[in-house]
Parts: sequence; C-alpha cells; structure tokens
Amino acid sequence: MRPDLWVQGTATAIDGPLLYLRRNVEAGLNEAVEILSDDAPPRLGRVASLDRDAMVVEVLESTIGLGLRDIKVRFVGEPLHFSVGPGLLGRVFNGVGEPTDGGPPVPAHKRMRIDGVPINPTQRDLPRDFIETGVTAIDLMNSLVRGQKLPLFSSGGMPHDRIASDIAQNARLRRAGEQGFAIVFVGIGISHDAAETFRQAMQDSGALAHTAMFLNLASESSTQRLLTPRFALTAAEYLAAQEDRHVLVIMTDMTNYCEALREVSASHGEVPSRKGYPGYMYSDLASIYERAGCQRGAKGTVTQLPILTMPAEDISHPIPDLTGYITEGQVVLDRALDHKGVFPPINVLPSLSRLMDQGIGKNYSHADHPALANQLFASYAKAVRVRVLASVVGRDGLTPLDLNYLDFADRFESSLIGQSGRRTLEDSMAAGWAVLQRLPKAELSRLSDAQIAQYIAPSQTAEVADQLHA
Amino acid sequence: MSDAVIRWVGGPVVYATVTSAFRIGEAIEVGPHRRPGEVIRLKDDELVGQVYEDTTGMRPGDSVRGTGAAMSVRLGPHLLGHIFDGLLRPLDAGEKPAPATIAFRPLVRQGDTLTAGAAIGDLPGDGVVQSVLLPPDLAGTVETIAAAGPQPLDAILCTVRTASGDVADIGFFQTWAIRKARPVRRRLPADEPMVTGQRILDTLFPVSRGGQAAIPGGFGTGKTVLQETLAKWCDADVIVYVGCGERGNEMAEVLREFPKLADPRTGRGLMERTVIIANTSNMPVAAREASIYTAVTVGEYFRDQGLHVALMADSTSRWAEALREVSGRLGELPGEAAYPAYLGSRLAEFYERAARVRTLGDKDGSLTIIGAVSPPAGDFSEPVTSHTKRYVRCFWGLDRERAQARFYPAIHPLQSYSENAGRFAAWWAARGNSQWQPHREKLLSLLEAQADLERMARIVGKDSLPPAQQVTLLCAELINEAFLRQSAFSEVDRYCSPQRQTAMLTIILDFIDQAQAALERGAPPQAIAALDILRRVQRMGEEIGEDQLEKFTELRTALQAAMTALGKAASDAA
Repeated sequence: MRPDLWVQGTATAIDGPLLYLRRNVEAGLNEAVEILSDDAPPRLGRVASLDRDAMVVEVLESTIGLGLRDIKVRFVGEPLHFSVGPGLLGRVFNGVGEPTDGGPPVPAHKRMRIDGVPINPTQRDLPRDFIETGVTAIDLMNSLVRGQKLPLFSSGGMPHDRIASDIAQNARLRRAGEQGFAIVFVGIGISHDAAETFRQAMQDSGALAHTAMFLNLASESSTQRLLTPRFALTAAEYLAAQEDRHVLVIMTDMTNYCEALREVSASHGEVPSRKGYPGYMYSDLASIYERAGCQRGAKGTVTQLPILTMPAEDISHPIPDLTGYITEGQVVLDRALDHKGVFPPINVLPSLSRLMDQGIGKNYSHADHPALANQLFASYAKAVRVRVLASVVGRDGLTPLDLNYLDFADRFESSLIGQSGRRTLEDSMAAGWAVLQRLPKAELSRLSDAQIAQYIAPSQTAEVADQLHA
Repeated sequence: MSDAVIRWVGGPVVYATVTSAFRIGEAIEVGPHRRPGEVIRLKDDELVGQVYEDTTGMRPGDSVRGTGAAMSVRLGPHLLGHIFDGLLRPLDAGEKPAPATIAFRPLVRQGDTLTAGAAIGDLPGDGVVQSVLLPPDLAGTVETIAAAGPQPLDAILCTVRTASGDVADIGFFQTWAIRKARPVRRRLPADEPMVTGQRILDTLFPVSRGGQAAIPGGFGTGKTVLQETLAKWCDADVIVYVGCGERGNEMAEVLREFPKLADPRTGRGLMERTVIIANTSNMPVAAREASIYTAVTVGEYFRDQGLHVALMADSTSRWAEALREVSGRLGELPGEAAYPAYLGSRLAEFYERAARVRTLGDKDGSLTIIGAVSPPAGDFSEPVTSHTKRYVRCFWGLDRERAQARFYPAIHPLQSYSENAGRFAAWWAARGNSQWQPHREKLLSLLEAQADLERMARIVGKDSLPPAQQVTLLCAELINEAFLRQSAFSEVDRYCSPQRQTAMLTIILDFIDQAQAALERGAPPQAIAALDILRRVQRMGEEIGEDQLEKFTELRTALQAAMTALGKAASDAA
C-alpha cells in the first residue's frame, strides 16, 4: 500500500452521484476515495472508470453541498474495506457499517474487502441441513437449507415486513444443543418507520442479542444503497468464517437496491437493457446472492433470505426474474390469500426451494417429510385446477371427487398455510397429514402404502364409514 | 510480441493505444498482473480488449502485451475427471495434483506414414480409452515413437517428419484456438439416437448422436436438474458440462455427487467420464463468453478420438447476456432486448459445431450439444430462445404449470418436438419394439386430445362429457402419471433403459386398448378409474427396477385379468 494521496482543485464536474476529476494521480479502477468538503464529514466514493486524463468517482453519499473548488479527494490506494471484529452481534449499523446505536466502534480485528472474493466451486461444500423458520409454508413445503439463498417475492401492501420480522425472531437450528446461530438483518432503502419497527421488534423479543442490523434508510443516497448489502455480507462472512456461526442474512428490500443500480447506471450514461435496468444487473445481483454458501472445512455457513417487492405484482419483471435465475428457489406471496386473511399469504405453487431435497429427509428433518410435501403439492395443484373449473361451470357441474378437492383447497389454505404463531416442524407435519385425511386413498399416488397406513388410513376408514351411514 | 498502453478501462473492457501490430482474437496479457484477455476490435492505433479477470486496480498507462497467438486452450489427458474455469485453467489443482507419469501404448511404428489427426497411441486404462492424436494440421512419417509404459507428462512421444522436411515433436498435449472448429474428414447423417434414460425424451422426443437440443424454461422449471440428469445417465462416452453464469452451489453439487454415482453402462464412477467447466455467475463476465467455446473445443477434442461426446451448456442465456454486457460497454448499437445484432450468428456458430463425424483419423465420433435457455419470464418469443430454435433440431420446452405441480421432468409434450424422431424406428425395432413409431404417435395424439377435452370440460363440466371421452382423459392422465413423470431423485427410476421403457409403454398401451374394450362392454368410466390395479400401474416406475423386468409381465397379466373381469361384470349386468 502506498501512502495516502490528496488532490485538490481537480474536480471538473458533478453530475448526480458522479464526480468528474482530472486525472493527475495514479489511481486504479474500483479504488476507494474520501471526499472532504468544508461543510460535512468525509464522504465515501469509489473510482468507477478511468480515462487517460479524467476519472469518474461514484460518490456513495449525497452530493448536495459539494462544490468544484473547495473539495479535497483522498485516494486510499485499495478498494473499499470493512473493519470487522468481535462484538458485531447486538449492534445496529448504518448502510456503510458505522454504528448508529450510540455504542463504541467495533474493534477492528480484520479488514475485509466488501466485494468479497468469488468462491472457487471446488471449495464449496454442498448446502445441507435444515433451518427452521417457524413458517409451515417454508419449513414443510419449501424448506430453507443452510447455505441456500431463498428470496421472498412480495409486492406493495403485503405483510412481508411482518414475515421478515417473525422469521428473524423465530428462526433456529433444530439439532439439539447446536450453538452459534446469528442473524444479519439488512434494511435497504427502507422507511424510517419500518427501520424503527424492525429494531424495536428485535429488541423486545430479545433476538437482537444474536443479530447485527444494517439499516440504509430511504432518505439516504442511492449510491450508498449499492454498498449496504456488501457491508452486511462482509459482516456475515466474518461471523461464519471467524466465529463459526450459521448466519441467516435477511435483506429487505432488494427492489430498492435494483432501483438504485438503475439510477446510477443511467447517470453513467450506459446502454440500458430491459426496462432501463443495466445489462449487467444479473452479474451484479449474482455478486451479492452468490455470497451465500458453505465453504469446505469451515464450520459456519451463510444463508440468505432476500425480500423483494415485485413492481406491479409482475413476476416477470426483471428484478424478480433475474433474482429467480440466481437464487435457489423463491417463496411467493399472493394477494388473494392475503385478502382471505391467510397469514402468511404464501402461495406454495409458484414457490420452490431447489435445495430442499438436500436438507430434509431422515438425516435432517423427518423420513416422511419429502413424500408428504410432494403429495401436498400434487393435491393442491389439482385442487386449484378444480377451482378454476368450478369458477366456470359452478359447483353443480362438478363430480363428487372434484367437490372433495374444493374442500381440500380451502382446508389447505386456512389450516395449513395459515398459522397464528410459530410452528415447529413437527407441528407443521401434523397439520399436513391432517389436511390430506379426507382425500380418497386412490388420489395419494405420491405416498407409499406404508405411509398411507401409518398416517392416513386409521381415521380415513372411520370417516368413510361415517359417510356410508350418513 | 506486440505492445500497447491502456487509455481507458471500465468493467471488463479496456481501450489501449497500440505501438505494434495486434490481430483480432489474439490473446493478450493486461496490466501488471498480466491478466488474460482477448483483442475484440482494432481501429487505427487503438485496440479494444476484453479482460477475463477482475480489472480492479487497473489504470491508464498500464501495459497490454500481445502473445502472438489466438485465444487457445491446452488439450490433453489431464481433462477427464476435473473441473476448470472458462479458460480451461484447473480449479482443483490444489487438491488433486496431476500425476507425474501417464501410461502410454504406441499404435504406430517407425516409418509409418500418418495423416493429420491420426492416433499415434492410446492411454490404456479401465475407464474411457483416450488416444494421443497428431494435431489436425500435421501429417508426416514417424521418425521415433516412445515405448509402451509410463511416460512423464512432458515426454516427447513421437517425432514426425513432415512433407516439407521439418521434424515435429508430439507429446500428450496440444493447443487449439477455441473459436475455430476442429476439422473432420466428413460429417455423417444423424440416424442413431442418444439414449438419455429419460422416458419422455427417448420415447417421445429423441435426440440424435451429433444432434442439437435446447431446453428452454423459466426459472424453477427444472432446467438444471434435467441437464444434470442427462449428464448422469445419457449413453455418451464423455460428458462436457459447462456451467455458464450459473450457481456455485450447483457446481459443488456436481462435483460431490458425480464421483459417487456409477455409469449404468460401465459401472465406473461418472466423474471419470466428465469434464466440468465452471464460470459461475459471480466469476468474471468476459470469461463466461469464452467458456462456451472452450467447452465445445474440449468436446471436439474427445470426438476426434472416436468417442461419443455430450456437451451440456447451462445456460446459453447467461452466455448471451455476457455478449450483451460486453457489447453495451463497447457502445454498439443494441438490437432486440439490447442484445447485439450478431447474437443469432454467434448462436449458429456454436450449435453448428455439433455433429456426428468421420474423424481425420478415420474413426466415428460425435458431439451432441444440449443447451439450456433461460428466457426472461419464461417467454419463448424472446431473442435467445427464438434464435436458438432456428439452429436446434430438438426442442424440449419446460412448462411452468407442470413444474408447479412438481411434475418432473416438466417437459411440455405438446410444445416440444424432435425433428429427428422419424429416423429411429429401426433402432427401436432392434431393441424389441417394432411398433415404436405408431406407439409414439398414439401417445402424442392422446395427449393432444386431452388438451382439447379439458378445454371443453371447462365449459360443459367433466360429468357432461360422454363416457368415451372420459376414458380418453383417464388414459391421458395415466400416460402423464405413469410414464412421462420420472423422478430424478428416485434411485429406482432415475434411469430407464430402452427395454424398461418398452415394457412400461406396452402396459400403458394395453390399458388404453382394454379400457376401450371394457367401455364397449358397458363398464362405466368411474369403475375403470376406481380399479385398485391402477395405483400399481401409476407407481410402476418407482416400484419395478431395471433388474426385475419380468415383473412387468406379471403386472401386465394382472391388469389384463382385472380389465377383463370388469368388462365381464358389466356385460353380465346389462
């Protein structure tokens, strides 16, 4: 590292978040800078592109108040780093890793590059084992596996904040005596109210003790928004690698991140691709999401639960679309379920957890968990098709079997998906077997005969007898 | 060696002022750390290059050095069983060091005259038998040849005197430019299927050896699982699996899982026949663009040894996006959805390298390309899917609705097609099903009828359909549930041999005929649907394995008895 370099009087233009400088120092691409102005504490920035005689600096905070004449720019000589150390948990930080809870700074034991380092695929371990979130639609139907990245697709007006906060409070490892669970909660461009609600909820439930919160508020600059998840993930990686913890990173709301990306890209004058988002949005999102995983030989893991709001509830919008291609599945919230009063309003059909098979079954959750989930999916999919049919021909045009499925769909939504408090996996499975009870045995082709005998048949025989008498 | 000086750098693109001559496609070394790159544009004294690694810290004034050669990779016996990055640099070098020697067996003698691309020897071993070939551009007379036995990696195995009198040294390794197709003697017709072990593909939409297939599907429809399933069970000698801009965890899964699985044909570990090329989504974007060509070049190298190669590319859309990103940085005029206008011709160049061939060394080999496509929002009209459709002969469209019902593989039987299917009837006849062609047509027409009837049932109600049509629906549902659905995670059913496919197909067709017969004798459709034996038929893929084919005969007899009894009961009652 070379000594710090200061330059003054080289600024030629300020345009949105971009600062144009004459290039009279040796600075490299992506290098971090500090911008000093008389009116405010130093602002962070980074070198975005370089020409033979000019360079462009992305200012990561508001440029309001900056002038061309009076600013001084300090070149740090390396990309942005975050100093992390013990005592991250229980703390609240802003979007660039500065404590905002009035506490002392975190001791700097390790300086880590906020962009992380791509993990060599051969150094990855397969994500295995289960994280219990307390939500049936996730635990039973779309299980979250350690080292996975599983986003929540929501849209405006839906209770994703409540789900995020519930999961942050209830999530746990299932294995008896397993220690070292931690949560990194990342608010990206959220309102002041929401940030305060999250902080209060975490504090009241006591979950804050094993949580580090990074809160970037809607009022802060969009360039800073691009850094918040990177600072938070750097902290998560520290907790996983140095403190051997299983870290669950909850990020809300990634849509704000992508909007910031579009804004900054537009100010660079880049050629946009779909809906004005930059062509590299896929790669950029991947550089965040791919930081989830398990490294070989390491005890800790990083799991991600990003939350995004789909603009106009359109799952084909570039933000959810590109996210879905990178993440290992998605959990989709549904407006109709929300209107019916089902909480959490998770529609399991478009939802999916790709790594589910690796994290459930007899070694991790329960031997009959995979078959049960499979049968519930198949039956609910069929029931929803019957519902479409019923909406056209009316109930009278349906066969008795179809009517049975209609009832199944209602029971499935109200008593399996809907829940009032936290459920353990055992509670969720019991609820699952219960909703399958009244379907005829011949319809349960995803269950083995033994499973039917054990979980379905005893009560079904009784019920069929009831129906015959009635 | 030529030199240039960087003038501008942004993302993976550098502009440099040249001081000596460069060529398009030339490999370059950029910056003080000599990061690899390639020249993509030249104008006056300016060069535009893409860099295959992180450009952090690069600055104007840094040097660019030309290597004088086109972007090339090193091919040889070190490839099988290992994982590489997009430029074919090993990723597992730390944990799996290369052996010091390799066993060699000469196939030529001093004085033999060899054509270009001829085999000079092979590598005896238990797995895939690899050959050592002359480069495709070198022919001549053997001057010396190494003896049989272990040879050090850098050994000169053979010296060849060419027509012009030069002497060339041949070792285990050769280099080849990735963007240039390796030459062959001639192309052969695609009249033999590649068995994939997947019923819906082999029976309904078979792909030929040397053919091209595309798997388009929105996210979550099972592209990657299907690609991996094909890589595991298809009857190729060598698998080249390129993870292009996809998830790191998937690569880890392949790496952990393949060594534990056995090839159903040889019983040896699947990893032994596999080369993995990984450029995950967070690795540098320009190398993603190159990784596809690297993979094809590796595939051609094995094809030239007279092997059957299957190349799985997951996903070509990420590759197209890498093209788009670089094109955007160059400020090129954007075409549809901001892809560059040359997207179509690049795709054609890639898919056209698939072929069944007579190699320069006079052997039969093939390279089959199976490319996954990730259309935004699952919309098959977007540019990558629609351009791909122009160059592939098999289209395996994945359907979101099927995937949501966890019906895998979620290939939509009515949207998919195989232009080669007509050629394989003789092949199936040789494997015990002389009726394959009519059977296939019957399945497809029943599935077509199902789609029509379901539309109708939506209007009039299912109960109002006449009994014959209700039976059609029942049969179509059985085709889906009992035949087309196949779990990639089931140890019994993940692979289905042609013999087992035929046995299962026969039972389904039996059922279709007998249900018709029972109906004619007066049995109500509900009674047919309520038969206990149907559950056995639905689960036969799961319950009857490859080593119990005789059980299909038992099931068939039992089914026949049940249906006859039903028909008899109905006609007696009438």
